[in-house]
Amino acid sequence: MRHTISVLVENEFGVLSRVAGLFSGRGFNIESLCVAESLDPTISTMTIVTSGNDAIIEQVLKQLNKLINVIKVVDFKDVDYVSREMVLVKVNAEERTREEILRMTEIFRGKVIDVSPKTYTVMITGDEGKISAFLTLIKPLGIKELVRTGPIAMMRGDKTIKMREKHSKGGEDG
Amino acid sequence: MKKTGAQIFIEALKMEHIDTLFCYPGGATLNITDALSSSDIEQIVVRHEQGAVHASDGYARASGRVGVSLVTSGPGATNAVTGIATAYMDSIPLVIFTCQVPTMLIGNDAFQEADIVGITRPCTKHSYLVKDVKDLSRIIKEAFYIAKSGRPGPVLVDIPKDVSAALGEFKYPDKVNIRSYQPTYVGHVGQIKKAMKLLASSKKPVFYTGGGIISSGASNELIKLAERLSIPVTNTLMGLGGFPGNHPLFLGMLGMHGTYAANMAITEADLIIAVGARFDDRATGKVDEFGHLAKIIHIDIDPTSISKNIKVDIPIVGDSKNVLKKMLDIVLEDKEDFGNYSSRIAQWHHDTEKWKMDFPLTYGRSGLLKPQYVIERVCELTKGKAIVTTEVGQNQMWTAQFYKFQKPRTFITSGGLGTMGFGFPAGIGAQVAFPDALVIDIAGDGSIQMNIQELATAVQYNLPVKVIILNNRFLGMVRQWQELFYEKRYTWTHMNHAPDFVKVAEAYGAAGYRIEREDEVDKVLKEVFKNKRPTFVDVMVDPEESVYPMVPAGAPLREMLLV
Repeated sequence: MRHTISVLVENEFGVLSRVAGLFSGRGFNIESLCVAESLDPTISTMTIVTSGNDAIIEQVLKQLNKLINVIKVVDFKDVDYVSREMVLVKVNAEERTREEILRMTEIFRGKVIDVSPKTYTVMITGDEGKISAFLTLIKPLGIKELVRTGPIAMMRGDKTIKMREKHSKGGEDG
Repeated sequence: MKKTGAQIFIEALKMEHIDTLFCYPGGATLNITDALSSSDIEQIVVRHEQGAVHASDGYARASGRVGVSLVTSGPGATNAVTGIATAYMDSIPLVIFTCQVPTMLIGNDAFQEADIVGITRPCTKHSYLVKDVKDLSRIIKEAFYIAKSGRPGPVLVDIPKDVSAALGEFKYPDKVNIRSYQPTYVGHVGQIKKAMKLLASSKKPVFYTGGGIISSGASNELIKLAERLSIPVTNTLMGLGGFPGNHPLFLGMLGMHGTYAANMAITEADLIIAVGARFDDRATGKVDEFGHLAKIIHIDIDPTSISKNIKVDIPIVGDSKNVLKKMLDIVLEDKEDFGNYSSRIAQWHHDTEKWKMDFPLTYGRSGLLKPQYVIERVCELTKGKAIVTTEVGQNQMWTAQFYKFQKPRTFITSGGLGTMGFGFPAGIGAQVAFPDALVIDIAGDGSIQMNIQELATAVQYNLPVKVIILNNRFLGMVRQWQELFYEKRYTWTHMNHAPDFVKVAEAYGAAGYRIEREDEVDKVLKEVFKNKRPTFVDVMVDPEESVYPMVPAGAPLREMLLV
């Protein structure tokens, strides 16, 4: 099963390689990883999409928590959350397809952010379903290059990730 | 007044009450090396950086304090890696200082440069590269705190040469405050109560305890709780010494070379109380059948150890000593549930006793000198009170089986990583921690050659470690697997070009002895234990003796090959 995990880490050099090394060293799957500074400049937020059975995900979460530079780990499995991804697509733009590309881009509320005599570069943001729908439709027109950010995620409503509780609450195994 | 980075390093060690440093110099250490010339910190200069880290590891295991080593950049640091990985697998608190090329050269493939922080990331609890002298004292403070708190482990601090030369203020922090690191010591009360309820209703309970008993100092609590309720105890390799080896409730070690009684108790139990143990594959055998009739309570300070290999029923995250103490309190207060517990489990006690009687550890006594006999005599002559280190392989397993350890921190062995060449330098470190103790390294003729150069260190600092080489002219454990699983094709394992260990010892200025017959064992060992010199004892043992019982890799624990 796929899980989207938010990891709050100290914004220091070397932390990314600790996290990445943990996944590769223990054979955990990493589908995407997105990282940048958060509201607090001393903290970076990593959004990781991983997959595995319950036992593996439990280990992923615990092992992440065990890293000294990791402040907080949240698995979005049990909370209502929003998640978005951005994709840049460079599409063949011939005379007969230009209109179609622009129409699609508009329908998906994307943007053409770069133009050349033979290509359009389109930016689309959305959840996974929307992005894959767009890509399916645009593919027959000829995609030259594709870059995705991988998703970032946040809890719905007024909930935010609380900072204090790195320590497991004492008895439960999490 | 401003101090250099090197002086700050020394001041920080003093603040941590560190009086011993295991070290090896190089270009990048020179600022610190020079500053240490006027320091009263004892400096043990080894002959290979792996030896430095193993020695600090042995020092830490024997004393319970943090072991400290310092090596140079590049090859000095990479030579230390095996030592660091060894300590990491066994959760030993070490701080390893590596020196680094100057910061402006980092990343330039400079002479003797290695990205040691990168190389050791998967085998350290944490690591630091000090980029500015103003961070040095805070980092050292944090390094010691992280090494010894929570689940202990090695922490590496990499100090570039310009940082050890730079001037800075020395202000040692009083407290460590790492917002992202808050280990859990106190077990959850509700979980403990649940565990005790389960315990009260169990009829076939067994304690399965590991290195966590030693590192948290929980031996007394374990003994009291086990005695009070008459619960039998088995130890992992790392747990030996945590429960007295000659105690009537002791079943011996479990696992691949565990006793019949211990492995049967795990197989038949209805409740396993795992304390500070991590369900390692050498202990569990086939995981699907490990304690398959039992509920499992698991007490461990590291949440990642819980339900990693085997799903447990009641997890309790916390310090073993703290949790066992609370369990004991419940037993002492609560007459209801535990009033006649011992008599309720009398049948179980009878079963475990019968397994012990029917299938004790044993070996054939005919023919050549048996290594097990040598260990038995070492145990008898030292009354089980020596500090014993081992190398890895048959020597290690026979020691675990036949030396009856009485106290925590008297058995020092590389359990997780299984590092050949560990025992001798670790013995040197233990001897530094306890200059008057009898320290014995039980070695094989293969393993001892992996760090034999440390004989020079032992002689230089007059550290009278006794190395008992069980010389079978084989890499015995691998040979044993070849005998059992590869139709006796002893490829690579025949050590037919070993040196004369007696002469080696003498060449280094140590004492050397040889034992070839059973009737020489006591006489020579008595003499060896009395002398005050580092000593090699070359014991010519039966070349094809094997370690039994043995559970083949991947088989369930009950499928033991007996002698």
